[in-house]
Amino acid sequence: MVDHSPPPRPALSTASLLARLTAIGIVVAGVAAAFAYVNGSLDPQRLRPKTLVNALETNNGVHPGFRRNHAKGVCVAGYFESSPEARAYSRAQVFNEAKTPVVGRFALPSGNPYAPDSSVPIRSFAVQFSQANGQQWRTGMNSMPVFPVGTPEAFYQLLKAGAPDPATGKPNPASMPAFFAVHPEAAPFLAWVKTAKPSASYATETYNGINAFYLVSADGERHAVRWTVVPQSQDATGAAPADGADFLEKDLVQRLAAGPLRWQLNMTLANPGDPLDDASKPWTGDHKVLNAGALVLDSSQPQADGDCRDINFDPLILPSGIEASHDPLLAARSAAYASSYLRRASEVSPLHSAPQESKP
Amino acid sequence: MNASPQFFAPLARLLHWLMALLVIAMLFIGAGLAASVSQRHAWLIDLHKPLGIAILALVVVRLVVRFSTQQPPLPSDLPLWQVLAAKASHLMLYGLMLVLPLLGWAMISAAGDPVMLSSSVRLPALVGADAPLFAILRKAHGYLAYLLFLTVLVHLAAALFHGLIRRDGVLQSMTGTRH
Repeated sequence: MVDHSPPPRPALSTASLLARLTAIGIVVAGVAAAFAYVNGSLDPQRLRPKTLVNALETNNGVHPGFRRNHAKGVCVAGYFESSPEARAYSRAQVFNEAKTPVVGRFALPSGNPYAPDSSVPIRSFAVQFSQANGQQWRTGMNSMPVFPVGTPEAFYQLLKAGAPDPATGKPNPASMPAFFAVHPEAAPFLAWVKTAKPSASYATETYNGINAFYLVSADGERHAVRWTVVPQSQDATGAAPADGADFLEKDLVQRLAAGPLRWQLNMTLANPGDPLDDASKPWTGDHKVLNAGALVLDSSQPQADGDCRDINFDPLILPSGIEASHDPLLAARSAAYASSYLRRASEVSPLHSAPQESKP
Repeated sequence: MNASPQFFAPLARLLHWLMALLVIAMLFIGAGLAASVSQRHAWLIDLHKPLGIAILALVVVRLVVRFSTQQPPLPSDLPLWQVLAAKASHLMLYGLMLVLPLLGWAMISAAGDPVMLSSSVRLPALVGADAPLFAILRKAHGYLAYLLFLTVLVHLAAALFHGLIRRDGVLQSMTGTRH
């Protein structure tokens, strides 16, 4: 085999050689700089997934193996029974098959896995619907009807307002009022908080998807919705929290021992003019509400090794037939959950050695 | 025995430049989505997954083309260390182009997430749900992507070195232009 002989090349002058080497350096450095900009290295002000998760860790401490937010919870399982009402609006299999298995998780919103159950009036419910065709629908719902803020930037400022002051180890009491003073969009949330009480049971709560989504029909028609699950096993309202710090999980286990718990999944159709990209704003007035079916839970497991433990309840994991809206919180939740999930997925074993009861 | 070709086969050149575009786009898309909480994150990830599978399919075609066509030899006066560096970097480029999409596919599977290429096209899981495995695969996906980016930079610098400094026909063997 004969190598093709290099063509005759006149030697480069020193100036030309330097110029050419410089040109190569500029091209390579230019590509590297563009990459460094895109990955955020040259743009330190950018809100990144790890910025949000770091802020959660700053506020709550690092608890290896636990979710960085909604850390204290319990796994549940059951099924969804569809009703005919949503079928015309969404082609998703979950609304068209009679039954779809679900795995879920009830939790407190705090990133502290030892928070007493009565510390906040908010409870959350995350659900994964596993369709027969392998597609999934995951949703993280909360007992409040609206989110305090509408953008990830404002949420980050909210987290910073709740950050402990290095001098005292506690949040500066002036920070939160100062935050709300410049975030009037939080008014509907604050109005709800005023009336909300920590419930004695996960089972008696209504949970709201809060962000808007689109239902997409078989012929491609899109309808904006917000969804809610409404408990069918209603207690006498206004039940006071039970004693102790960990009553919610015990209550749930007791109730499930007595029989399945049921919620109705409601799809509230947006009226013209309803905000679809701002989860801090309620949809007011009369709305058409579809009864999409019944969510039935029949078992629970501790979260340390339950089936929900390794599920990232990313709200953008959606089946064909449900689409995300342009609500900026959805992308931010998806991105931040992924960052939190990676951290805790590397730390699964510490969960087993974690104390089961709340620390004072 | 045929005379050694001066250029890569036309199909090899087409695949090279198409994949150069896709791989560089993919590296920037990946770096961008991992560093964003904006809606960019969501639409970049929707782009990243089908593009990764396209690269996986193309690299398989490309390996077949590579082994079934003749490569132009390196210049006879190229120092041995540069010959070795060229061969090692090409091996690295092929290896990473093959491994990164597989890691991406496997890590989504290990997270227990459906591997969706669009709103309705789903690939089967490559491995079972396993969170600690996800963490390893996800980190490997990130670190090896950075290694691929560095290898691409070295490849780019070497190509320009051949084209502008050595002027030995190596760059032209892939551009297809005569000197």
